[in-house]
Amino acid sequence: MPDSFHIVVCAGIAPDPLQTLEPTTSPNGPGVKNEMLLPAVLDPWAASALYEAANLAAKRPGSRVWLVSLGPKAKLQQLMMIVAQKASFELIPIDGPIGGFTDAHSTAAALAEAIAAIPGLDRTKLLLFGGWESASRGAGITLQLVGERLGITDQFQGVDRIDPREDGSFEVLERVEAGKQQASVFLGAPAVLGWATGNLAEPRNSPQVGMGNMRTIMPALQKANSVKLETNSLRYISVSLPSQQRTTRVVKDLATDEIARELVEWIGAE
Amino acid sequence: MSSAEQAVETDRQTMEVDIACVGFGPAMGGFLTTLTQAWSESPGDPAFESKVAPGMPLQVLCYERADDLAAGVSGVVTRAKGIRASFPSLDPSQIPMATDVKQERVFYLLDPIGASRRSLTLRAADFFLRLGGRLCVKDEAFELPSTPAFLHKRGGLVFSIGQFNQWVAAQLMANGMVQIWPGTPVSSPIFAEDSNEDRRAVVGIRLADQGVDKDGMPADGFMPGMDVRARLTVVGDGPVGAVGHALNHRFKQGEQRDWALGMKMVVELPEDSTLEPGTVWHTFGFPEPEIFGFLYVHPDRLVSVGIFVPSWMSDPARTVYRHLQHYIQHPVLWKHLKGGTLHSWGAKSLEESGKRGEPFLAGDGFARIGEGSGSTNMLTGSGVDEAWTTGVQLGEAVLELLRGKRSFTEQNLADTYERRRRASWVERGAREAEHARDGFHTGFVRGMVGMALAGLTHGRLSLKTKIPSAPKEIRPFEAQGIGDQKLREAAIQKATSEDRPFHDALLTVRGWPEIPFDGRLLVTQQDALLMGGKIQALAGFADHVRFLDKELCRSCNEKTCIAMCSGQAITQGADGTPAFEREKCVHCGACLWNCAHAPDGESGNIEFLAGAGGLHSAEN
Repeated sequence: MPDSFHIVVCAGIAPDPLQTLEPTTSPNGPGVKNEMLLPAVLDPWAASALYEAANLAAKRPGSRVWLVSLGPKAKLQQLMMIVAQKASFELIPIDGPIGGFTDAHSTAAALAEAIAAIPGLDRTKLLLFGGWESASRGAGITLQLVGERLGITDQFQGVDRIDPREDGSFEVLERVEAGKQQASVFLGAPAVLGWATGNLAEPRNSPQVGMGNMRTIMPALQKANSVKLETNSLRYISVSLPSQQRTTRVVKDLATDEIARELVEWIGAE
Repeated sequence: MSSAEQAVETDRQTMEVDIACVGFGPAMGGFLTTLTQAWSESPGDPAFESKVAPGMPLQVLCYERADDLAAGVSGVVTRAKGIRASFPSLDPSQIPMATDVKQERVFYLLDPIGASRRSLTLRAADFFLRLGGRLCVKDEAFELPSTPAFLHKRGGLVFSIGQFNQWVAAQLMANGMVQIWPGTPVSSPIFAEDSNEDRRAVVGIRLADQGVDKDGMPADGFMPGMDVRARLTVVGDGPVGAVGHALNHRFKQGEQRDWALGMKMVVELPEDSTLEPGTVWHTFGFPEPEIFGFLYVHPDRLVSVGIFVPSWMSDPARTVYRHLQHYIQHPVLWKHLKGGTLHSWGAKSLEESGKRGEPFLAGDGFARIGEGSGSTNMLTGSGVDEAWTTGVQLGEAVLELLRGKRSFTEQNLADTYERRRRASWVERGAREAEHARDGFHTGFVRGMVGMALAGLTHGRLSLKTKIPSAPKEIRPFEAQGIGDQKLREAAIQKATSEDRPFHDALLTVRGWPEIPFDGRLLVTQQDALLMGGKIQALAGFADHVRFLDKELCRSCNEKTCIAMCSGQAITQGADGTPAFEREKCVHCGACLWNCAHAPDGESGNIEFLAGAGGLHSAEN
């Protein structure tokens, strides 16, 4: 059994999914209107992965967690002041464009290169975490591509839980079709795990954790490498948002069953 | 101390820093910018070595309750004198939504509906203006021939405070010299043990407890808020901040009696809009005479449009959101806004007492800057540049003390910070404005006359009056005339039969038309909350709004706290007392000064404590 884990979490910046987004066409292709003005969050799916990573690392003293994130340096810097209070990690920032509809292969190449260059990273202890999905334009394949570029063949998607076992293997609970979960066992690191929502609540903001993280985050941001992602290989014919319908009604103390019934009725009326 | 409380204190962690800052707004931006600009120029200067962590650089930490730096929507026009002094080569195009002021206009808005509560004098004035036809009135508005000198913002900037703060924060954090932590409310100052009204001394701040229930009692994952002990505590948490209020209560100086709620929208104009970026409109007279309004045009067809509802508006039905919807539909505005789309929305309390509300600016180990320190100038209608400049003044003072190896005592801060402030244009402006708006407390027309007098004579003449406390400004329903009483009864019936808020129904029975919702710009208040941003209410924090005497709430007829609540977070509870939902609170702080009952004659029956989050506007 390895005495510690080296967990790398790939997590991008997404416009806050609860804000109203409007697609637009820019000289670089499709985008979201005024994206630099919109509040940004750590992609919620990947944020779950980060919390799970911190939780897992806390069980094995000596473990390390790195957060690899690609986005405009200024946005990363602002976002880190929020995220850094949640869990202990070291930041590997990559200064790049915000969001956009970049080629997943190009993004994966940048991420894999940054991960391969992490000083002190031991591949025999490596667990590569990320979001199974994305709240913003997820291609759904980026994490897998990063794993492949790093030569990691054990890959799991839609992960809800991971349990390290005494013999060094891991048991993983993955979401599969029809609302079922599949339990798998892999023999040990390295492995890729694309997290679903996980089981952990968002951690409390801890000033101590934040202060600890800042010792490495600020120097890392100042030294962040810039990348220019390939955009010419893809041509987008059209982009649209899913149709939205908003109905607001303020009701106090409605029973949960009644809320569920109304929602089903409302969705069914679509 | 009970055993439970002792256990909490045992678990409470403590950290030592050199400078602890509370709240990140324009004033704190000015302070930290001044400090770090000097620090960057001479990084090896021993003045910037920490005293609490030997061998380390100065430890400067700033805590902000909002979930992000620059979370709120706030269009602003400012002369930007202090801001430009800090950034001599400032290029507005580098700050989203910022542009130079190009054109300023002032409009007196007539009431095209006939529902506003106008005095006979005002009705007569309206009548004569209308007699003048289009020579005087166009689109139900009378335009002043020019912008009064005291009000103008020539050479200034139109921008969004949210975007400006982000821009400032990015520069501050890029140099790594200071840390700014959002999502971290500060519950109180830590007073020195021997602190009292004569010896004003603060030794740090206490962060808010986490993992507590709504009443603040320990619950799952309880984490006592850390004590941050500091050589200097800089308080810039604005007009409703918990730390500033605790200092006011403890040291008692200044009367914070004049308030207003600013509610604003960012609207994308229709494609054929002719409004030029940099256009600034000031308005008064509609939807009620006491309500001032504005329209500022940003680049990219965005405008900030909004109103200020003051504490001297005696009507208990201060339904600000409804008033805002009527305001934007006034013909002079609507011809530009019609067809526009709501991008963002927000609200904030403004402390308008200015010089009269000024607290002690410094004591042993603490200094106060920004709006909460009484810097807002209500004659010029300006607060951001003044707040920024007070921060700069403290920054320069702190540099002087650090370099002189002098401690942060009340005397030293008076010699450095207070001296700079007293000698500055901020102080001169504050003195000119001190009584400029007194007249409004006795009537709109007297208010306008008093403001003009003060403006034209640089404050030498004004209509001084004694300002009542904010609760006493609210005129109880039972003190109103029979006609108003009947309208109130009709509104109660309408609210009950149509299941709608009472104050909203009251406006309708007073003759205000229903809002023709279009789903884009004219939307319900809850839709504005959803479309205009997102409320952040991190789990594990206590309710920050508390009703002190429930019986007093039950017997209250006015329930102005409900009318004024920007996010409809305060509603009528089943037992007759107001109910508070933290998940809807935008942290505007209006409830703090919108209670008609003051058990002590000064403060209302509502406590506004430190809370995390609030509204994160969509495009701030």
